[in-house]
Amino acid sequence: MSGVRVLVGTRKGAFILTADGKREQWDVSGPHFAGWEIYHLKGSPADPNRLYASQSSGWFGQTMQRSDDGGVTWTPVGNEFTYDGVAGTHQWYDGTQHPWEFTRVWHLEPSLTDPDTVYAGVEDAALFRSTDGGLTWRELSGLRNHKSGPSWQPGAGGLGLHTILLDPNDLNRIFVAISAAGAFRSDDGGETWRPINRGLKSEYIPDPEAETGHCVHRIAMHPARPNTLFMQKHWDVMRSDDAGELWYEVSGNLPSDFGFPIHVHAHDPNTVYVVPIKSDSEHFPPEGKLRVYRSRTGGNEWEALTNGLPQSDCYVNVLRDAMAVDSLDECGVYFGTSGGQVYASADSGDHWAPIVRDLPAVMSVEVQTLP
Amino acid sequence: MIRVVLPHHLRNLAGVNGEVALRVDGPVTQRSVLDALEAEYPTLRGTIRDHGTGKRRAFLRFFASKQDLSHESPDALLPDAVADGAEPFVILGAIAGG
Repeated sequence: MSGVRVLVGTRKGAFILTADGKREQWDVSGPHFAGWEIYHLKGSPADPNRLYASQSSGWFGQTMQRSDDGGVTWTPVGNEFTYDGVAGTHQWYDGTQHPWEFTRVWHLEPSLTDPDTVYAGVEDAALFRSTDGGLTWRELSGLRNHKSGPSWQPGAGGLGLHTILLDPNDLNRIFVAISAAGAFRSDDGGETWRPINRGLKSEYIPDPEAETGHCVHRIAMHPARPNTLFMQKHWDVMRSDDAGELWYEVSGNLPSDFGFPIHVHAHDPNTVYVVPIKSDSEHFPPEGKLRVYRSRTGGNEWEALTNGLPQSDCYVNVLRDAMAVDSLDECGVYFGTSGGQVYASADSGDHWAPIVRDLPAVMSVEVQTLP
Repeated sequence: MIRVVLPHHLRNLAGVNGEVALRVDGPVTQRSVLDALEAEYPTLRGTIRDHGTGKRRAFLRFFASKQDLSHESPDALLPDAVADGAEPFVILGAIAGG
């Protein structure tokens, strides 16, 4: 019988939640890597038993883990992320130039076709690729060496490359997003890059329509329509229908267009999910009501999904990598909170229930749909 | 043999229990002990010293013979008690860091 495996990264370890296709009874495994920050873990689309995890610590820095059995056992793999050539500098918070320094891996994106190939988005912002199952990593330095690189500035959480989208129709096309540099696209397998931020307007930078400098929080794509992108920006929910050439706003009737995650329904490229957050300083839901908003029209018209979610006194946050969907016939939607809850809906968001309530703060949620 | 005490999380990462015993040829210094440690347990590379610079990670400390040796030169000789195996070289997480 088909089922799902939910991979949860938290401030103090990883957890693996499994259920059959009904998604009612859950088995909880973990903590794996107890005590370590797990920014992200994700499975290979080409081999669901192959998982990669980013494990880091203020004491011990970055380590990487790989599983070949769906997360039952793990093996440390390569953790050397060396910038290609002379690392150079980027802009620091005070406007001075600051050396590029590797801090951690924020996001892992396994190849769509090869279990041994995986991309890593890191802080300070750069894209790395491994083609040997994570043993060694090589920077795709055309991104960081873009002429705008010295002007990139960290967001509040650091200068992190947090979004990597691989185009299933064109294996040479890669999208990434960086806080707070913006979105970039490569059409040659990651060798060269260009900013794709036209249409974004960000009042917190001197030129609100600058080519780079936008604090993009997350981009989402439906694999059946890879030229249509949805973006949750620092403020504003945006959409592009031409692979990022031009963006337009689809915030519509959202109670706040600030937020972090954005995701697309597994079977309907026009159905999109966001979790509105009150503001950049008040990282909690408006009115203390935890609401996922769903648009069935590709944006602009949004409905609140509240059934089973706390509707009073709720002041958690949902981070950019902490939402995912499964691809069972009735699409499941999942998200994790800074309060340690992981909520699941087995009916596209109509009804919600917590799988777990008391994990450490959740940093990432990914879902694998198992045969 | 040189005795090394690792913090809990690095023992887990290296897959060891208790102290580690290392053979170190030549002068017994922080650098030679850590070189031997990383050669024996490659998964510890980058977790105690930065890959690129070789510098001690900021939130780790090196203790031996009731002294904090964290700020000593990596090429300074460690105390005789460490060199002759009477006492361990202790690697631990600082109070800050996690």
